[in-house]
Formats: sequence, structure tokens, C-alpha cells
Amino acid sequence: MTQKNFESKNTVPGSIAQAGIITKNTLLDYIRSRRFYILLSITVLIGLLLTIVAYYRPQFFPSSELGFYSTWWGISVSFVVVLSAIFFGGDAISGEFQNKTGYFGVPNPIRRSSIYVGKWFAALIASTVMIVVFTVIAVGNGLYFVSGVPYQFGESLLFSWIYLVAVLSFTFFFSSLFKSSSISILVSAILLLVVFSLVNEIIVRFVQIEPWFLINYGAQIIGSVLASPYPPHQTSVSAPGFRGETVQINTFNASIPEGLAIMGIYFAVTAIIGLILFERKEFN
Amino acid sequence: MPSIEAVNLTKQYGSFIALSNLNLKIEGTKCVGFLGPNGSGKTTTLKMFTDLIRPSKGEALINGVNVHTQKKKALASVGTLIETPEIYASLTPREALTMIAEIRGVPHAERKKQVEEVVAEVRMEEWIDKRVGRFSKGMKQRICIASALLNNPTLLLLDEPTTGLDPRGMSEVRDIIKSLKGKNRLIFMSSHLLGEVSDVCDEVALIDHGKLIVYDTLPNVTSKFSGGNNVVEVGLVRPVDSKILTQTIKSWSDVTNAEKIDDKNYKISFVGGLEVQERILNEIVKLNIGVISYKPASSELEDAYLKLITATL
Repeated sequence: MTQKNFESKNTVPGSIAQAGIITKNTLLDYIRSRRFYILLSITVLIGLLLTIVAYYRPQFFPSSELGFYSTWWGISVSFVVVLSAIFFGGDAISGEFQNKTGYFGVPNPIRRSSIYVGKWFAALIASTVMIVVFTVIAVGNGLYFVSGVPYQFGESLLFSWIYLVAVLSFTFFFSSLFKSSSISILVSAILLLVVFSLVNEIIVRFVQIEPWFLINYGAQIIGSVLASPYPPHQTSVSAPGFRGETVQINTFNASIPEGLAIMGIYFAVTAIIGLILFERKEFN
Repeated sequence: MPSIEAVNLTKQYGSFIALSNLNLKIEGTKCVGFLGPNGSGKTTTLKMFTDLIRPSKGEALINGVNVHTQKKKALASVGTLIETPEIYASLTPREALTMIAEIRGVPHAERKKQVEEVVAEVRMEEWIDKRVGRFSKGMKQRICIASALLNNPTLLLLDEPTTGLDPRGMSEVRDIIKSLKGKNRLIFMSSHLLGEVSDVCDEVALIDHGKLIVYDTLPNVTSKFSGGNNVVEVGLVRPVDSKILTQTIKSWSDVTNAEKIDDKNYKISFVGGLEVQERILNEIVKLNIGVISYKPASSELEDAYLKLITATL
């Protein structure tokens, strides 16, 4: 064996540098994977469908710059964000157990936290690519149909990216919770695509309290920032009830600081718990 | 001098004890076989030495450093192969091994050369730039062995390293392990294959039901626990007078027993190594009784293993 000539006294890189190594290689794996191209196709398809809708300009599609972006982007970008987080984060950690790739990387002089953070950044970069593609299509539409890009769109884009950061942290948490890729993906998808929206609806309609504990409520600021003026925090309207009585219906809109705080808390809490879970999880 | 040490190492899953107060210190440059039946705690032990699982109690120390509190330091010069790892399917061996080389701190200038050398060592040169997703289990196992060799580790922890390999691959891996011995390395490998351990290892640690049964040099274990017997089976082309044959063979020096299996097959037990085995073959051929086969039926290590494991049942 000729490799005997090498000395093994080399210094192991720092944890941040090692996280960077994991990011680089996980990203390479993502970019070559089928799922990357499937999600890219879905993102482009959503963009193309919205382009067709914008072309025919149904009545609900406003002709003002802000209104156009609010309808085109404000409704759909959250869906792209959630899909990206599910595709890249849903099994990022559970896959290490189920596919046994963890047996290749973990028994090395590297902290598990470096692996977790490295994979998280890779998922963030891959998901950001999807947001960028969707943004390009949105801006292309805006320039063609309303000849401009309002500054609020920049804010909305920034909030979308912050939402992505929070949702990815959330999916990584579920990915750390389970050892099965399919279960972690399924649970993340059901929660983000169905349960949160349903709970939001039930709470606002029937309990009539502000759903400040739901991440999708915080993410409302993505669309709200494109409204002029910014929607009030709470609106109440009176409406006739089933038995002829008058009932008060409240609607809530997260303010920008509130939305950012909700997403920030989701990010921090799920990141910390997810990391602890991965640190403690056993390969058996 | 590289060392590994288990101090009261225990792993418990609810009421099931996978490993019970293992105390074992191995140091020096040698190859130690880790033997035991399925579920005895071999892989559990190796996983605790590589941070794949955490001990319920006790410590796993590598070169005196606790793997669980100072993992980076403890595993800085350790090559590992635990179970059959998978590699990210879309990476090539070059990319996957470069990633491990980077993690282990192989300098940039040496990285490419080292990766190519370890790939050559496991005879996978022509696959170095092909994606791993298309590889067979055996091919992946070779790449994982190559990964364990990166950065010239002073300690190798190998869990059944020939699993999944074809006979040629198994032989090549044994040759690699033999070539690594005596190069200031400690090799600790688990295996089910007693012949492999006899062939490759200097010492053996035997574990059963989560407890260490014995740890000693291979000659000491076999002489203490096997009764010193090796057994060969002799096949004949035609039946012979079994009484005369067995009495003749029994009269030879170092032969402890000779018995008939059937009309054309006999079993000979003897004390000693390959030289005695060769002498018996020469003698039996001289009898001109139509010998057509002569093969080991069991080894001293197998005898010792079976006696020790049976004793704990």
C-alpha cells in the first residue's frame, strides 16, 4: 500500500469548515437528483399556469402594479416555499438513518451538528434556487403585464425567503424526529399543506382568536405587504347568523413585526429541538 | 501507541441488555478479532466507539479520549467501517472520498493522490468517476473500505469488513488488512468468519450475551480452550478396512483420534499446525489407499469458539 507515506497528523478542520464541506457535497447530490428537477418543473409549471391566467386577465386580476403582484405572487409563492422545504428538508435527516448514508459520514471526526447545519444550508440553497426561478417568472410577468416592479415586491420576496428559512427548520425538525423518510415527508407535508391552514380557518372562524402560534399566519405578511394600505391587524364585521341573530366575524392580519417574530420563533425553536434530536438519535 | 478501551461499557434498551459492563483494553500495533454469535454485542460495541450510538453507562475511549464527549479528537486518526454504509447515490467514489478526506483534514495538495491510492487499493480504479448509485453492494463496500483507509489512520475499526463481497473480494480485503498490520496500526475487526480471524488476527476477544468471555492472543485462546485439536477430513476413492486404517493413523505422532465417517470418508484429529497437517497428508498418501481429498474440517479456533459459546448458553 503506497498511501503509507502519508502522515495522519493533519489537523481536522473546524466545525464550521466541516459544515461547509457537508453543504457542498449535499448540494451536489441534490442538484444531480431527480427530485431537484421534478421540483424545478413544478415551480416552472406553476409560473406558466399563472402566466396563462394573467394573460387572460380575469376580473379578479387587478391591473395595478401592486394588485397584480399581490394576486400573482402573494397567493402562490408560499406554496412554492412549502414544496421546496418538503422536497429538500422532509427527509434530509431521516434519510441518513433509513438509507444508511449516516454510517458513511457520522463515524468520522465531525460533530453531528456540523452534518445537520451543513445539510440545512444545502437544502436552503437548493430551495432558494426554486424561489429565484419563481421570482424571475413573476418579475417577467410583471414587466410584461404591468410594466414595473414595486418596491413592496422586494419586501415580499425577502419575507418569502425568511418563511423558507423557518419552514426548512420546521421540516428538518420532523426529519430528525423520525427514522423513516416517507413518514417524515408525509407528516411535514400534511402539517404544512393541510393541517395548519385548517386549524387557522377553524380558530379564526369559530374560536375567533388571533392564531399567532401558527407559522402560516405569520407568513401572511408575504401577501399583506403587497396590499395598499397594509391590512389592519383586526377587522370585525357583523353578519346575520343561522337563527337570525347578528354575529361578529373577526379577521386577523399579522403585522410585519409579528409575522417576522412568529417565523423567527418557529425557526429558532425547531432548529434547536431538531439539532438536539439528531445529536441524541441512535443508528440502530 | 494506538489504543481503545471500554470501561464498564453498557448498552441497555429497556429491559434488554445488549452489552453489559464491557471492560476491555487493547493497545499496540496488531490486529484483534472481535468474535461472537449474532446479537452478542459486537456491532453495538463498535457503534459506541464510533458515535453511532451512545452508551447507557461507561465510557468508550480511543487513545484515552472519550468518543462521546470529545468525538472529533477521539476519531481524528480512526478509519471506520460499520455495517454496510450507503454513499450518496449521485456522487462518484472520487467525490465521496474527497468529502471524507476533507472532513479528516487531508491537505488539499495530497487529497487527490490519496483518494486515487485508496481506490486503487480496493481495485476500483475504473469506477472512480462513475456514480455510486449504480454500484453493487460489494462495490460500495469496497469504496467504504477505501474511505476507512483515508489519511492513513492509526486505528481501524471494522465491522465484518468482508460482508457483501464475493470470494475474490473477501480474499483481497484480507490481504489489505494483512498489509496494514505492522504499520504502526491497531486493527479491531469483528467477524463471523473464524477462518478469516485465524488468518488475519493476532489476538481475539470473544463476546457473548453482551459479556466479554475471553481476550487473549490467538495461540493462548486455542491452546486453553480448544484442547489443541485440529480436524481434517480425508476422502478415499474406494472403501478400505476401517479398523486397520484408523489404528494405523492413530499410531502416528500428534494424531489424537481417527474415525470413520462413512466407507470412503475419515476424520483425523491432531495437535499442531500446518506442518503437522502436511506430514499427516504425506503419510496417508504413502499408504496408497486412494486419497482423493484432504481438507480441514474445523480449526482450533472454531473448537475454542464453540466450547466457549456453548458454555455460556
